[in-house]
Amino acid sequence: MADLTRDDILKLARLARISLTDDEASEFTGELGEILKYVRMLDSVDTEGLLPTSQVTGLTNVSRADVVWDYGYEEADLLKNVPEVEAGLIKVKRMIG
Amino acid sequence: MADTSDTPTSSQWLPIAEIAAKVRIGELKAVDLVEQSLQTIADSTEYDAIIATTSERARERAKLIDELVSNSLEGEGDSDIASMSLCGVPFIAKDNFLVFGAETTAASNILKRFTAPYQSTVIELLEKQGAICVAKANLDAFAHGSSTENSDFMTTKNPHDRTRVPGGSSGGSAAAVVLDMVPFALGTDTGGSIRLPASFCGAVGYKPTYGLVSRSGVVAMASSLDVIGPLTRTVADAGYVLDAIAGVDPLDSTTITRQENYIPKALDLRGRKFGVIKEYMAEGLDPGVRLQIESAIEKLAVAGAEIVEVSLPTLPAALAVYYIICPAEVSSNLSRYDGQRFGYSHSNAKDLEASYSQSRSIGFGKEAKRRIMIGTYVLSSGYYDAYYKKAQTVRTKIINEFAVAFENVEFLIGPTVPSVAFKIGENSTDPLQMYLTDILTVAVNMAGIPAISIPAGTTDGMPVGLQIMSAQCNDKLLLDAACSMDGVLA
Repeated sequence: MADLTRDDILKLARLARISLTDDEASEFTGELGEILKYVRMLDSVDTEGLLPTSQVTGLTNVSRADVVWDYGYEEADLLKNVPEVEAGLIKVKRMIG
Repeated sequence: MADTSDTPTSSQWLPIAEIAAKVRIGELKAVDLVEQSLQTIADSTEYDAIIATTSERARERAKLIDELVSNSLEGEGDSDIASMSLCGVPFIAKDNFLVFGAETTAASNILKRFTAPYQSTVIELLEKQGAICVAKANLDAFAHGSSTENSDFMTTKNPHDRTRVPGGSSGGSAAAVVLDMVPFALGTDTGGSIRLPASFCGAVGYKPTYGLVSRSGVVAMASSLDVIGPLTRTVADAGYVLDAIAGVDPLDSTTITRQENYIPKALDLRGRKFGVIKEYMAEGLDPGVRLQIESAIEKLAVAGAEIVEVSLPTLPAALAVYYIICPAEVSSNLSRYDGQRFGYSHSNAKDLEASYSQSRSIGFGKEAKRRIMIGTYVLSSGYYDAYYKKAQTVRTKIINEFAVAFENVEFLIGPTVPSVAFKIGENSTDPLQMYLTDILTVAVNMAGIPAISIPAGTTDGMPVGLQIMSAQCNDKLLLDAACSMDGVLA
């Protein structure tokens, strides 16, 4: 695998919706390269015949009845944390140009 | 409150069970305990362990509990006081637990001023047993770190040496317990975040089996690894807390069936089989830490335990697995912080896209960004198989090695951390060096097994932690064994 470039970092930041300063982009290019180099030690671990693990409880398809629960809070309690509210709705910037 | 001889270090707090018993019969007042706790917090501000107190609600709840007690002593009312195992016991929650009406920041700028509209299941369960939350403790922002230096607000100082870190990410919780602010504190452990600060500060830190404690209402970090557990002064206290919070919760579909009780009962160590993990005693271990761990193992042998050496050859790769799986899950979990529904929002953005990226750029600290970027990289098409899937497959190998080991021994032991607490700033410029602090704790999270760190002496005046692990769902036996070791090592 090729080393991470500054362009890779800027592309990753764009995908993750984070804007980086020039300094941050340079810093992350070096640091992330070092970290990825370290984790690549896994290439030498023999995993022939093993399946990947995504969870360890062994639980499958946990479901519950589709009923409304009283969580003890009102709409107003939730809207208190919203940056911009208008007429009881969450207001966001325009999406379509 | 008088000091008692059966607590390992001098403390103003009685064992949790005794405090609760005395409150239930009116011999101690919950209001006094809360004031005592708040006073200790006020006297220890130079350690920066606490983000905020929840004094108003704590005082109200204490008053209510005292009223219920006096009513029940007069034969009035129909309260559950008699069955409250943590009646009137003050505690501190890491600031990634939602506590009703309190700010919950996860020590991050993006959640500054976020007020919890509901309460985490764990806090609900503790309150049901009469416990009282008095404050929220500092952490590495979003629990990303091993020192609390990644907190967006402040670095907590180690109670034994203020120039050193307390460990992380539950560093505020560990320091709070050791500074005697409360009888217990809550932490979260994704790669060692309860055990590591317990080791660095000289506390007991318990990481339960994955799924044993509900995570509803706790700020998510890496969902296949995150667990909740207590930090205390004794193993017995940790058991009482776990007993109050363990079990299936309909609000967290990863929760598993609990055992009947977790109240520790000292185990006769004679004939019990302990495996010393060979890879954990390898080079790189600080000589002072090695000495204390070897002496602890010696004491175990003297107490009659059978000690064997066990090799789990893939454990040295666990950290590499962790630093793929953890950031992958972090990048997914942190995508909800977009500046629209809650949290910091950049008000001058020109459109939605800019609002997302500017809110996240300003709201997230460096480590959160670092992990989001690594996670985004290892999950992206083209790299997914080479990194993420490979890491998940090595995870299987680690799980299998633990399973084989536990066919032959009941417990595995080794150091919790290869060193004692490092100096503030010592590792903060090199993220990889900082990640290496977790090298002996992360494998447990991979396998979802329970583990505990208990104090095992000091070297150069700084605490050393002994880590004991057992098989999945063997929490009660692990606590029983640790409880007897608490006595043996003291």
